[in-house]
Amino acid sequence: MSLLSIADLSTHFRLPNGALRALDGVSLDLQAEETLGIVGESGCGKSTLGKTILRLVQPTSGSIRFAGEDVTTVPTRKLAQFRRRAQMVFQDPFASLNPRHTIRKILTDPLVVHGIGDKPERARRVEDIVQRVGLDAGALDRYPHEFSGGQRQRVGIARALILEPDLVICDEPVSALDLSIQAQTLNLLSRMKADLNLSYIFISHDLSVVRYFTDRVLVMYLGRVVESAPTRALWSAPRHPYTRALMDAVPDPARRRHAAPIKGDLPSPQDVPTGCRFHPRCPLATEICTRVEPTLDRLGDGHSAACHHA
Amino acid sequence: MQPESVTQFQPVPAKPSGEPPLVAVPVEATPAPSIIVPLPGLSVPAIPVPAIPLSGPRPRGAKRALATVRRNPLALAGGTILILMALIGLFAPLLFPGDPLAIVAEPFIWPGSDAAHPLGTDSLGRDLLSGIAHGAGVSLRVGLSATALGLVIGVGIGAVAGYFGGWTDAVLSRLIEIFQTLPNFVMLVVLVAIAQPSVTTLSIAIAVVTWPTVARLARAEFRSIREKDFVMAARSLGFGHGRIILSEILPSALPPLIVTASVMVASAILMESALSFMGLGDPNVVSWGSMIGSGREYLRTAWYMCALPGFAIMLTVLALNLIGDALNEILNPRSHEDRR
Repeated sequence: MSLLSIADLSTHFRLPNGALRALDGVSLDLQAEETLGIVGESGCGKSTLGKTILRLVQPTSGSIRFAGEDVTTVPTRKLAQFRRRAQMVFQDPFASLNPRHTIRKILTDPLVVHGIGDKPERARRVEDIVQRVGLDAGALDRYPHEFSGGQRQRVGIARALILEPDLVICDEPVSALDLSIQAQTLNLLSRMKADLNLSYIFISHDLSVVRYFTDRVLVMYLGRVVESAPTRALWSAPRHPYTRALMDAVPDPARRRHAAPIKGDLPSPQDVPTGCRFHPRCPLATEICTRVEPTLDRLGDGHSAACHHA
Repeated sequence: MQPESVTQFQPVPAKPSGEPPLVAVPVEATPAPSIIVPLPGLSVPAIPVPAIPLSGPRPRGAKRALATVRRNPLALAGGTILILMALIGLFAPLLFPGDPLAIVAEPFIWPGSDAAHPLGTDSLGRDLLSGIAHGAGVSLRVGLSATALGLVIGVGIGAVAGYFGGWTDAVLSRLIEIFQTLPNFVMLVVLVAIAQPSVTTLSIAIAVVTWPTVARLARAEFRSIREKDFVMAARSLGFGHGRIILSEILPSALPPLIVTASVMVASAILMESALSFMGLGDPNVVSWGSMIGSGREYLRTAWYMCALPGFAIMLTVLALNLIGDALNEILNPRSHEDRR
């Protein structure tokens, strides 16, 4: 049984000038101890997907099943139980830690809220997790502003892990960090996964990070999944023209840059193109693409793509 | 060049050619790396936190507050005046025992002409110095309790409106607007006229007309802070609304509210004085406003009766405004680069 199973999930935001379809019929499955990457341009709905899964944003339709239980519409009281098992690491470690709380309070409060342990037990757990993420116990009584970005992200990871969750959604966890710190932080996430048997949903726009870090990848475009494949298969044979364009956009010292691999900008999710959403920018687009929206078809070996020409 | 059969993931020193420093070198049929690649030199060492002296909570706030006060002697003056006024008000019953409304000497003694009554007496022969001292207590008590009550109501309503948004916000915002459209002082007069005037009812009435200002400010602060990532994190951790409002958002929303509060105390003192001047204050206690009110008929012949309590009001309000300015400088995050 898969740990997380999402069917036809949509999240629309009502704006004064019409609905913004941030997420439009996304389905995915996540096995226990699997790392699923989600890639796409800014504004394609990656972060909204993460927040919707954690019910931080209310889905418009569709269902979210976590460990066999439907959490799409659970009442607040049961939502707390779900939140204990599914956590999030945020992109910006400068914004995601309350500047007025000490690290000890930031890490202890979740335990208090969920009624875990008594005072000495909580203190023990907090000290344990801080050491696991590679911080000194002396860090506990300081404030977030006293730390560097990488250290703060360690605190952010510690906070996500203190409740011993099964699923951690990493929303661009390294994109706000220096390059040298990125590698350290990714290795920390890897080690935590092995130590604590975690499953990750790893949201990123950085393909090299995703390639290094994930087992399987979903490529999103304008609120929809356009391709889904095991990481290795995706890199050896990308099927969707958008995926190919994304990969071509990654600078590669071994290859001369061609012309711009993808033309135009991401259309507004308030004004989604007809037919295939990618057709105005697609090099392969034909007449059918302007009329019929392609479905995400299985191509074998766990590889599927939503393209008439794949 | 790195061997192409391995996917390396490590920072490469920036080269002058301007290549991207972070390179994943892919080749066809590269075996996908297992999740945990123990890259040499990139294991996770327990990174020691750089040596920051560990001496309990660091006095960063206190230190900066002191520095601000030193840079700003007006704030120091304001604080001194206010503390002096508070002490006078607090110890008035000891310094000037007896009822300040009692007739103790001849009327119309000018200040400085009688050592027993250094600030003179009013038209009924009541001691002005004793009145001003006792009045300090009344004025500050009304000012502080009205502000405290106004803050609690205003922050409560503003926080709920700003945090929950939606129709809760719509309803509460209309309520705030209704109170704001009523002329403050007229409403205050009506409220005091309905209730028996006393220090308590005066404070409540002043709080009732001043809370909307606080509520609007608190609503704006909560609206902007609730969108921050750390609030999102608190929600994802399963924190309840009460805990998020009180423990996560309120500490960050507090600075502008504290600044407003210092000005509110001043305006509450002014309101109380105005009411007392009109004879709507508590008739059983002496207040600066009522002293001015009773002296106004003799303004041309014995102006000191109005001037002395008026000076006390001016000094106190000025002190509170100076303190407000200093607090703004200390607490306003936007004026400091080390706050976010």
